[in-house]
Amino acid sequence: MKRFLSEFAENRVALAAAIIVLAIVLLAICAPLVTPQDPYDLASLTLRDARRPPGYVGSKGYSHWLGTDAQGRDLFSAILYGLRISLQMGLVAGAIALTLGATIGTLAAYVGGRVEAFLMRLIDLQLSFPAVLLAFVLAALLGQGRGPLIAALVAAQYAYFARTAHGAAVAERQKDYVEAALSTPLPARLVVWRHILPNCLPPLLVVATVQVASAISLEATLSFLGVGLPPTEPSLGMLISNGFQYMLSGRYWISIYPGIALIILIVGINLVGDQIRDQLNPRLRR
Amino acid sequence: MNAIVSLRGVSKEFGRPATLWQRIGQATGWGEGPPILRALQEVDLSLMPGEALGLVGESGCGKSTLGRVVAGIHAPSRGTALVQGKAPMQGGRKATTRVQMVFQDPFASLDPRMRIGRTLAEGPRAHGLLRAGEEEAAIARWLEQVGLSADYAERFPHQMSGGQRQRVAIARALAMQPDVLVCDEPVASLDVSIQAQVINLFLRLRRELALSMLFISHDLAVVRHLCDRVAVMYLGRIVETGPAAQVYAAPRHPYTRALLESVPKLSVDGQPARIQPIRGELPSPLRPPPGCAFHARCPRAIPRCREERPTLQPISAAREVACHRPEDA
Amino acid sequence: MTTPLLEVRDLATHFFTRAGVVKAVDGVSFSLRAGEVLGLVGESGSGKSITGFSLLGLIDAPGRIVSGSIRLMGQELVSQPQATLRGLRGRRIAMVFQDPAMTLNPVLSVKRQMMLALAAHERLSTSEAVRRCIAALERVGIPDPARRLESYPHEFSGGMRQRVALAIALLHSPAMIIADEPTTALDVSIQAQILAEMQQLVRETGTAMIWISHDLATVSALADRIAVMYAGRIVESGPTREVLAMPRHPYTRGLLDSLPSRAEPGQDLRQIPGATPSLLALPPGCPFAARCAAVREDCHQHAPPLMEQGGRSLRCNHPLLPWAEGAA
Repeated sequence: MKRFLSEFAENRVALAAAIIVLAIVLLAICAPLVTPQDPYDLASLTLRDARRPPGYVGSKGYSHWLGTDAQGRDLFSAILYGLRISLQMGLVAGAIALTLGATIGTLAAYVGGRVEAFLMRLIDLQLSFPAVLLAFVLAALLGQGRGPLIAALVAAQYAYFARTAHGAAVAERQKDYVEAALSTPLPARLVVWRHILPNCLPPLLVVATVQVASAISLEATLSFLGVGLPPTEPSLGMLISNGFQYMLSGRYWISIYPGIALIILIVGINLVGDQIRDQLNPRLRR
Repeated sequence: MNAIVSLRGVSKEFGRPATLWQRIGQATGWGEGPPILRALQEVDLSLMPGEALGLVGESGCGKSTLGRVVAGIHAPSRGTALVQGKAPMQGGRKATTRVQMVFQDPFASLDPRMRIGRTLAEGPRAHGLLRAGEEEAAIARWLEQVGLSADYAERFPHQMSGGQRQRVAIARALAMQPDVLVCDEPVASLDVSIQAQVINLFLRLRRELALSMLFISHDLAVVRHLCDRVAVMYLGRIVETGPAAQVYAAPRHPYTRALLESVPKLSVDGQPARIQPIRGELPSPLRPPPGCAFHARCPRAIPRCREERPTLQPISAAREVACHRPEDA
Repeated sequence: MTTPLLEVRDLATHFFTRAGVVKAVDGVSFSLRAGEVLGLVGESGSGKSITGFSLLGLIDAPGRIVSGSIRLMGQELVSQPQATLRGLRGRRIAMVFQDPAMTLNPVLSVKRQMMLALAAHERLSTSEAVRRCIAALERVGIPDPARRLESYPHEFSGGMRQRVALAIALLHSPAMIIADEPTTALDVSIQAQILAEMQQLVRETGTAMIWISHDLATVSALADRIAVMYAGRIVESGPTREVLAMPRHPYTRGLLDSLPSRAEPGQDLRQIPGATPSLLALPPGCPFAARCAAVREDCHQHAPPLMEQGGRSLRCNHPLLPWAEGAA
């Protein structure tokens, strides 16, 4: 583990990305402590302060660093709260998708035969649809709210995990240590849980980091399209969407700053994920 | 004395299920069915209690498959494989744990993410061979049995050398208190000096534990050193069996002779030994030749060898050979 | 005495890894005459393969030849630019690996690969090149070479693939072939075929060869001289027969005693205790001291110097047989 970290730190870009991602996560967690305003508290919003440019000192007496949006929300506060929601959605959806996908993939690999063929063709079929489209249809059908959104995200993403887990498990299943466990013989349950699954984890973790990033951007896309969360709990996507209509009138900040926050987060997570992948890939190791 | 392992007419075939096209082809007679790999064909073999039986042959001769049938990893396609009168993997818990296996590559046969102690205790725990609270002492005992100190229990496989890992793999098999140990090329991937250590370990374990061993190897010298009896395989069949000393000194099957003569001998004085290779190559087990599988490479072949397959026949007290023209005693 | 074909002096190849400096080859000296076969014997990690790669200039980062000299026909190879070495590889020195997949490209036909190898160093007409390819395949014992030339590597068996790799190595009639465990992955009967053909080839073509192997028996069947490596150094070398019949280094003796073919069946082998030391942290003194049966006090402090005499060399403080004037 120590070696893993020191090796990770050798890639300066990945290290910087990891620090930025961590900082964003910390800021998002501590949002109520560092923001001047609770953007969800509708009572604290003043329409007089709406659509003010960055640096404007509002009626409450503090400066709005990044300006305010159409409802008079302080954008800095709104972005941090938005990040909170985005990260929550991404992580929860990612974790559920990982569990579901890994279970399906490993079981398919272990059972083999027709069950495996059926499950994996189903996964292939799903992977051939654009994830956005699938999530959009599901989110629209299930209605607004966190639960339905997570369901939509999971449905769009578990297939990647299943594919990866299946590939890894098929490779592991043929290895001698699995054969040794089977010849002992250990019960199938133990072979899958204690031997095959733990050895499939590294590739799954790599997929997980990338998928969390893509869950966040997918959530933003859905919110932007208006099928995600209700407008009272603006996530980053909704902030961007809300500001979009003001772009042409010169009030760029309402869309641009949430957009920048989103890009930094997603690029950061992807850079970290790439480095982890490179480090876990024995072929790239020296 | 009754055999502890007995194989009667065991065949093992590997093949994919036929695809639709192949089925249509077969049904209409226009095409061939799916290719079938005949790894084992009508093998009769028995292992006596306390005996070390060496199984030799070249790659693809089916010796590893035979070991896996005995260990219960593969079920035979035809014929019966019995361990103490019961089929492995079907004879209930007792019969299934009676045979344990040691694999060739200790870098692959240990779970890389599991500590050694847990690897060792896992099997006994799953089968209730280990009482609660005894575990630590038992692990230390097992490690000591193969010449490793107790603190190896906390290590991961990648923190150990090849020889140490192979000792762990042997300890894992012994922890199940087996009667039969199937060893598939257990020293082939080890260095010469480490090989000698592991061979000595096997010799000691045989003396101390009265184990029966099926020892699979392509290395004729190792088999000669470790085994009482030897069975020579060629293309899925046993072509010769007998006491190791007799078979090595006076092989009766031309293939056994050719195999023995192929091994380069260490010549410490005089001219380097002239190597006398067998002609030709191993036929594919996907399409075994008719008659005796060895006839195309055999210097003693007669027309009959091409047409009629020789069966394994007793030729003297303890020896059997499958050949129409066995060499003179 | 004529100048040797290859003269290696104090060669050291080190790998600068994260964990420290791995002295894979550390002060190796030997020479090879034209037409001579040298068997380089050692266990894994002894540096025998790295020595072979060093001769070809095939050491990649983090490894590097840190000192020493390699002279091929009088020409210094260390510190030559890669382009010069590339000109030598294949033409003057060829290499055969344990796994023929390392040299054979699976998507090109054997003909195409051989033609490319020829074109790399020579300009020939197509018909002349084809004739050369067929001759090379014939020489390594491939039946029906004209037809097999059109095949792809996967259509050959393991033994035949290794023969093709050998034929490619022989294309330019190199002065020297470095063969790294070329028969280890093969079956006994195929190994015997290739060994027999090698014996004949070396005699007929006069190509010098370095045969790298862990197997003393195959080396004894082929090599004129033998060099035993341990922990990056040659601990003993000399004419094969002499070294094997009268080993002076305890490690050579230990290796011979470890062979089951030399012991009474069922008797304990005289094993070398312990395992090869980590090249990262070699102890001071003799690297074999911890495992040596004939170890004495001073072995742990003083690294034995290289002693050379009458075609034999030795690195041991306390040889098993006296090493004095006229000992060999």
